[in-house]
Amino acid sequence: MALKTKKRTSYIIRRILFYSFIILLSLVCIIPFYWMVRSSFMKSTQIYVIDPFVFWPQEMIWENYKDATKFMPFLDYTRNTLLLVVLNIVGTVLTSAMCAYSFSRIKWKGRNLVFMIILSSIMLPGSVTIISQFIMWSNLKLIDTYWPLTLPAFFGGGVTNIFMLRQFFMTIPKEMDESATIDGAGHIRIFLQIIVPLSKSALIVVGLFTFLGCWNDVFGPVMYLNSPQKFTLSLGLLQFRGEYTTKWNLLMAASTLVIAPCVIVYLIGQKYLIEGITLTGLKA
Amino acid sequence: MSRRRLLTNIAGWGFALPAILGFLFFNIVPMALSAYYSLCDYNVISKSVFTGFKNYVNLFNGSDPTFWASVKATIKYTVLAVPANLIFSFMIAILLNRPMMGRAFFRSLFYLPSIVPSVANSFVWLLLMNPDFGLFNAILRFLGLPESNWIWGEKTVIPSIVFMGIWGTGATQVIFLAGLQNIPRVYYEALEIDGGNAWHKLWYVTIPMISPTMFYNLVMGIIGALQVFNASYIMTNGGPNNASLFYVYNLWRQAFTYMDMGKASAMAWVLFVSILLLTLFVFRTSKKWVYYEGGDE
Repeated sequence: MALKTKKRTSYIIRRILFYSFIILLSLVCIIPFYWMVRSSFMKSTQIYVIDPFVFWPQEMIWENYKDATKFMPFLDYTRNTLLLVVLNIVGTVLTSAMCAYSFSRIKWKGRNLVFMIILSSIMLPGSVTIISQFIMWSNLKLIDTYWPLTLPAFFGGGVTNIFMLRQFFMTIPKEMDESATIDGAGHIRIFLQIIVPLSKSALIVVGLFTFLGCWNDVFGPVMYLNSPQKFTLSLGLLQFRGEYTTKWNLLMAASTLVIAPCVIVYLIGQKYLIEGITLTGLKA
Repeated sequence: MSRRRLLTNIAGWGFALPAILGFLFFNIVPMALSAYYSLCDYNVISKSVFTGFKNYVNLFNGSDPTFWASVKATIKYTVLAVPANLIFSFMIAILLNRPMMGRAFFRSLFYLPSIVPSVANSFVWLLLMNPDFGLFNAILRFLGLPESNWIWGEKTVIPSIVFMGIWGTGATQVIFLAGLQNIPRVYYEALEIDGGNAWHKLWYVTIPMISPTMFYNLVMGIIGALQVFNASYIMTNGGPNNASLFYVYNLWRQAFTYMDMGKASAMAWVLFVSILLLTLFVFRTSKKWVYYEGGDE
């Protein structure tokens, strides 16, 4: 009996230690977020202190957010970013699903070879092709337009997405297409009426990855956009760097505004996202 | 019958056409073009002039010291970041794989930093690492440790960027987690019957069974680390004293600041071949340490 209580106590202690550890790690994990939001509400005099162990603003300065949006045209940049995001999602979801359908459910000659060759481009470092891609777009006189940032999405929408959807489509029973074929349905109808409705969750994952990737992209917009009125949020935020690095409170307010939509979309879709990575073992 | 085959082939190619064209336009053609440009003097504005291997020779003969500086910075970063990210995300995955209350909540939480836009994230870290009024130095002072210059110190800049990168390893954690969940429970049960402890389970079951996942994360980690860019572009501009002039950032500067597309293309090809060789090398060594269940090797 005494032994049992002793075992029980040691179990409880171990559990308490375990939870303390994981909660501590969680705190470390969200410290940057917390610090950003906390600083975004402060007076700049309160940030410039040698002892920054202040975890709560003296008073909440909501004005910071208003001032931050004055430094850059937030609404315009949000509209630009959303335009790019929507076009990329449409292109990526549509064409990656089409290609995944072909690679998983149509038995055509040379299919596996073509798929392997395309899949091998996962290993191709993106930075190797950017310069010639830039030169190609500049020869087409399309620099400072949205073409270089949207058109590629309509060409398969990235190998990882095709691979993920292909894995998903292969789990849908073959009999479903076969009975549809007997009913006289062609590939377009099977794709739109059977595969797409059954794959909603996987398509949502692709859409989410595309949203996050496009919202967060700096490389592309920095390379292809010159006119300030065409800038995206990330690119606009980057302009803060040189001029306003002294106004940390405004910088943090602007950063919070850029991060917030991402966090909201993530919280809504995180269940699908983590399932998506688990499904394929691939990250976007 | 053969008409049906023909129709199937047409449908197959038709549905796959976007990816095939995309592969040609955005991979094959740019690769071929950059191979050609790497043998030329080319600044986009005037016509390209063929110069043979001049660009490659100039990279390796040390006439531009930034090339070797960027090679050094990138290797240093890769050597530090790849093991740090692997070890850290593996540990988190093991932790998150244990039975606990609110497991789904913690999983989402640890993934959260990975989705943050890099510009906003970098700004937050600039504030956290500020030597005068940043949180990190305050913590060091509080603990009685010497303060650091973080990304503003020649010696500390790369470790600081590696440290910051650990926050963004959510995807790697989730991949490890998926690998851990695929390990059949019977192996652990068998070990328990034989009297194995937690350490034995980790060493004799978890680590061998996770090695294919480890291998995948290692390869992707190396490929990613060799192309590190955002930190030097957004935060350090390659400084101080070129200590964080990462290879791809240097390539970017050659192309878009100095408009030397020939040299930049040569750098791109050197990187491509290096990544290819390194990946092949890792694949070769994998036979020694990656365990495939039911495989021949």
